[in-house]
Amino acid sequence: MNANDLYPNDLQLTRDGQLRHFLTLDGLGRDILTDILDTADSFIEVGERTIKNVPLLRGRTVVNLFFESSTRTRSTFELAAKRLSADVLNLDINTSATSKGETLSDTLLNLEAMASDMFVVRHSQSGAPHFIAESVTPGVAIINAGDGRHAHPTQAMLDMLTIRQHKNQFEGLRVAIVGDILHSRVARSQIRALNELGTSDIRVIAPGTLLPKDVDSLGCTVEYDMAKGMKDLDVVIMLRLQKERMEGALLPSEREFYRLYGLNREKLALAHPDCIVMHPGPINRGVEIESAVADGPQSVILNQVTNGIAIRMAVMSMAMGGQVAERQQRQSGEAGA
Amino acid sequence: MSTAGTGRETSLKIVGGRFCNEQGIESDNVALLIRNGRIAATGLAAGQATADETFNAEGCIIAPGFIDLSCNLREPGNGQKGNIFSETRAAAHGGFTTVCASPETSPVNDSSAVTHLIMDMAALHSPIHVLPVGAITRGLEGDLLSDMAGLAAAGCVAVGNGSKCVRNARILRRCMAYARTFGLTVMFNPENQALAADGYAHDGLVASRLGLLGIPEVAETTAVMEMILLAEETGVRLHLSQLSCARSVDMLAAARERGVTVTADVAMHQLVFTDKALAGYDSRFHVRPPLRSEEDRKALIAGIRSGVIDAIVSQHQPHDSAAKQAPVAATEPGLSSVESVLSLGLELVSQAELTLGTLVRALTHGPASIIGSRASLAEGAVADLCIFDPDAHWTPGANTLVSAGRHAPVIGRELPGIVRLTLAAGKTAWQHPAN
Repeated sequence: MNANDLYPNDLQLTRDGQLRHFLTLDGLGRDILTDILDTADSFIEVGERTIKNVPLLRGRTVVNLFFESSTRTRSTFELAAKRLSADVLNLDINTSATSKGETLSDTLLNLEAMASDMFVVRHSQSGAPHFIAESVTPGVAIINAGDGRHAHPTQAMLDMLTIRQHKNQFEGLRVAIVGDILHSRVARSQIRALNELGTSDIRVIAPGTLLPKDVDSLGCTVEYDMAKGMKDLDVVIMLRLQKERMEGALLPSEREFYRLYGLNREKLALAHPDCIVMHPGPINRGVEIESAVADGPQSVILNQVTNGIAIRMAVMSMAMGGQVAERQQRQSGEAGA
Repeated sequence: MSTAGTGRETSLKIVGGRFCNEQGIESDNVALLIRNGRIAATGLAAGQATADETFNAEGCIIAPGFIDLSCNLREPGNGQKGNIFSETRAAAHGGFTTVCASPETSPVNDSSAVTHLIMDMAALHSPIHVLPVGAITRGLEGDLLSDMAGLAAAGCVAVGNGSKCVRNARILRRCMAYARTFGLTVMFNPENQALAADGYAHDGLVASRLGLLGIPEVAETTAVMEMILLAEETGVRLHLSQLSCARSVDMLAAARERGVTVTADVAMHQLVFTDKALAGYDSRFHVRPPLRSEEDRKALIAGIRSGVIDAIVSQHQPHDSAAKQAPVAATEPGLSSVESVLSLGLELVSQAELTLGTLVRALTHGPASIIGSRASLAEGAVADLCIFDPDAHWTPGANTLVSAGRHAPVIGRELPGIVRLTLAAGKTAWQHPAN
């Protein structure tokens, strides 16, 4: 099945193929993903200057709409928006507020009355940013900052940027994603990005209880035995394990999980000597990763955080550009008529 | 039975068109004379008779009125989603002359008082026959038996648990044994609640990709097997509602082969759509059981063709717009489907997946046999008729639907099949305005 069958492209791209929302990597081609990486590269240089701001979003209002709590993702989005000179409003709408009876549609109507230009949305339900993009006023860009188990496209792109910085290319790489694939929106977006960018050896390493149905059809191979899966790896991506996974009988104990699927120095030694270690954070030391590995020379975990700002600047400026271009087209269309 | 009317005072003669029987054999209609709510004469005798009114059915198929084993009328209790007035008219628009009303109302139809209430309201407001299905457990909670004998005496045609599970197999067994005492038919939606858990989409590639929580196939198949074994032991007449899996059809066929009295139905949308319909998070297609794979769809079609699955139902679930305007997980399951069953079925006929005779059988004789009723166009039969033009087209849209629920499975696409006239007990329940 083609990814495009499931995700009609016209929602996140303009007619000219420019980004106008950033909801998922499904349906985005290699050219646009590469464009995002290249744009982010140019913003990395901005981050190294004393004056770190560029005026691309000057006068624009960006609303960070977080229905699920987050520190890292929200603060990097905030920093990214500020470096683009936008006005930023942070709204933490925890679920207890929305469970008072206001529907997502009603919340949105209220926020639109504030004349915002962009919503950065995190929500616990898969497809929520998609729903918002469908119902929002034309001209407002929606950026997905993580929805349910579905997608976390900016995280996946900052991971791709980190990989490109260290490995220069995606063809021929051997990449493994280890841990709770089932609940992970990050893993889904990473698998999609790696496939599109040309990596053919993508492995997911997890016990059967933490794998989604038909996971191999996403474009990866399944390995239950971590020692086998680590062989000759160029990149290993560890995922965070939530403590509540023990309660649903998905795992017997943290101890057994760490023994079988935790990344320690012995297991890392099975990979290629230049193998980089990645983690979307926050890390659980001693649950999925040994401290000596997380802080070791092969770890690029802090690079990922730095790259997060650049990727988010890239995506925000590109989506706003698409919206502006579309608005101009609409206006000239109206003038012509 | 709640009859929609006592029969018309005037007589009606239907001329032209073709009959379609369950073998799919079509024969020309000379004339059909309807008087006092019944078919008074057919053929030449009817042709020579004089009538107060004449309906020209030229180009149309004349079939017995359709019977829907699973329809949510939402009344009492959920007026914002629909009511008996609106939803029975929607059913008549779809060619149905009988609907079995789900026990999932508020209050639940678990007492003769609620059954009487539904039947009284239907007598006042419904142009078609409404046959309530009683709740098999009190409040549909799955813990205590309802007064089944009382429900049956009040007019319930069967007892079931709506879309709710009876979690405990011991209680399920006792439900069946008690219903068996009175010869009642039990209707169950097979679903193992522990396996379905918080899911709302078919556990497959589409759910994995879109990040939707899956309901695995085994949530249905283990429940089907459990129910068949318990029915076999208790001897109850079991009807399995709304199958969704290929393997359920296999188990059903095997059970029937060894003599278990078990029947089944499938919702029309399961024969037409697969889990791919959820692409782009289209929350209309959040239905329960979920739309499954193409292999499942094909097996369900084959089940209808072979007769292992007896009936096609609408599983009509009208909602207010708020119930469907949210991310998929936050929406309520169900389609507003009763008006498009025939049209979607005719599409399957035009794609050679079903024959017209099989479609008509699954909408008439099949469901009739399950509720101990008859679907007939013979002289003397109750005049429940659906007259439709299979070659005319219509386009469902917010303004063309009669139901209060606007979330039809197909919106804006031209569909074949326009119902020209629906007669329930000889009275006009629906007549197409263009006539």
